[in-house]
Amino acid sequence: MKAADIVRFATGAATGYPLRTALLILAMSIGVAAVVTLTALGDGARRYVINEFSALGSNLVVVLPGRSETRGFNPANAITGTPRDLTIDDAQSLGRLPAVRRVAPLIIGTSEISAGGKLREVMIAGTTSEYAEVRRLALAQGRFLPEEDWRRGSPYVVLGATVRNDLFGSEPAIGKLVRLGDRRFRVIGVINPVGTGLGMNSDEIVIVPVSLAQAMFNSNTLFRILIEARHRDAVEPAKAQVLKHLTERHEGEEDVTVITQDAVLATFDRLLGALTFGVAGIAAISLAVAGILVMNVMLVAVTQRTGEIGLLKALGATADTIRNAFLAEAVMLSLAGAVVGYGLGQLGSAIIRQLYPAFPAYPPAWAVIAGLATALVTGILFGVMPARRAARLDPVQALAKR
Amino acid sequence: MPQIELRNIERVFTLGDSEVHALRTLDLTVAAGEYIAIMGPSGSGKSTLLNLLGLLDRPNSGAYLLEGRDVTTLTAEEQARVRRERIGFVFQSFHLVPRLTAAENVALPMMLAGIPHGERSRRVAQALKDYGLASRADHRPDQLSGGQRQRVAIARATIMHPAMILADEPTGNLDRATGEDVMALLEGLNAGGVTLIVVTHDAALGNRARRRVAMEDGRKVEDR
Repeated sequence: MKAADIVRFATGAATGYPLRTALLILAMSIGVAAVVTLTALGDGARRYVINEFSALGSNLVVVLPGRSETRGFNPANAITGTPRDLTIDDAQSLGRLPAVRRVAPLIIGTSEISAGGKLREVMIAGTTSEYAEVRRLALAQGRFLPEEDWRRGSPYVVLGATVRNDLFGSEPAIGKLVRLGDRRFRVIGVINPVGTGLGMNSDEIVIVPVSLAQAMFNSNTLFRILIEARHRDAVEPAKAQVLKHLTERHEGEEDVTVITQDAVLATFDRLLGALTFGVAGIAAISLAVAGILVMNVMLVAVTQRTGEIGLLKALGATADTIRNAFLAEAVMLSLAGAVVGYGLGQLGSAIIRQLYPAFPAYPPAWAVIAGLATALVTGILFGVMPARRAARLDPVQALAKR
Repeated sequence: MPQIELRNIERVFTLGDSEVHALRTLDLTVAAGEYIAIMGPSGSGKSTLLNLLGLLDRPNSGAYLLEGRDVTTLTAEEQARVRRERIGFVFQSFHLVPRLTAAENVALPMMLAGIPHGERSRRVAQALKDYGLASRADHRPDQLSGGQRQRVAIARATIMHPAMILADEPTGNLDRATGEDVMALLEGLNAGGVTLIVVTHDAALGNRARRRVAMEDGRKVEDR
């Protein structure tokens, strides 16, 4: 019997019992749809978190002064223990490294801020114009610090949203003078309310040029250097280059710590990836159930069509032909279920995206392929036993049964 | 060379602890083109004999030579091939596939034999015309009368031009007049040279055959 004839015969057999076929396809499609939709949810959660992190300023490399002691106590460190300052020159020189796109120095301190008779304690961040880019800060009003010599900053200040409200209330703040410590600054911008990032609440700070902040706090060392790598793949090279460069500048002593946001991100990535995988596994159970259903239905079909099998044998069908016909039927039913389920799953994902536009609920390619493959494999696997039973039927007994 | 030669055939079924001898020390020789009725009460072994002749069953001992070749030693695949090419079956209950049309039912043996689609439809159309079923080609079995169903079954049995037709109570489910038509059809085929072996317990039907084999308790008791 030719393959095309086997397929045609099996199609006829499947469509000859429409209710049975429809129910089986439904069961299989629910399994596949569950895999597609649930992995879309899991992977959507993963992408959502990564997007949120990226909004913080992605490809970020952070330099801290001093070395984190992860290698145990080293007597050499005890002698040369005091780390060198992390200076503005250090930061500026990093901008020339190939993997680095932008550098923003950061010094943090607290002081009093007063305007119009109102006074409050505030955290001051001394930095440069690049900070807005590196941290992806958006301004509600005005503009950010101007580009100028890092060592000679103009007395301008950018206010956090909360600070601005505390000092000026409903009055306009741009262009007003405020007093920080014993210096006077002109307000040139207000940061969009953003919330906490990297342990700092941008709504509660004021931003001034780094040189003025150093003068106010009488300090030469920086609190952090924020570096943006050229792209995601450049983060690790940037980290290595920065560490090497600073070690050279500090006379061969590795007295800074370089961390990447990627490390945090990778953890989340792994965590949510595992979650997606687990959810896919749970959904796959429904595929296994559908597979058992395929077996059940095919066994019933063999019993139902015993007379037909006996007849085919009398007409000269070999055991192989009969096995292939039943197997083809099981595979076609599974395939149809898989395709319908894929459609349903994509529809479900689309509905989720409609309801929660911020949530990128797209099923990952691996899950779609795995779902479809599992459906097919279970169909074949659970179809083999009924097909073999049909092929082994004794023709005399099969014909005697009506 | 006889077409069929059975030598000392034994067929034993085991039912629980007891053994049932369906066929005992049976010898039978059939020449090509013969018309034989196998008769006997139920349980006499006549259906077992027919299944054996049709290669649906194997004897426990003895030899079955079909056209000079011992077919009891063939593999299942080779036996299927012999059934496909040399033997046509006609059953009491027709055994048509209910979801297939008359034409598709007739085409089944050719499909199993792997004959191309074009030739299949040509031969089916011719066969349906020969059996007066041309207008019924697209009807399913439940839309056909009993006589039409059996004619479809006979068309199916002969579509591969077999050497012999094995009919098991071919008129058992038909009224007298329709049964008469069906038998006339089968006898016409026999007149054309096909060996016809009919199993029946109907004496009137048996008397139409040129040779009658009477069975009792698995033994051949009469052969004339």
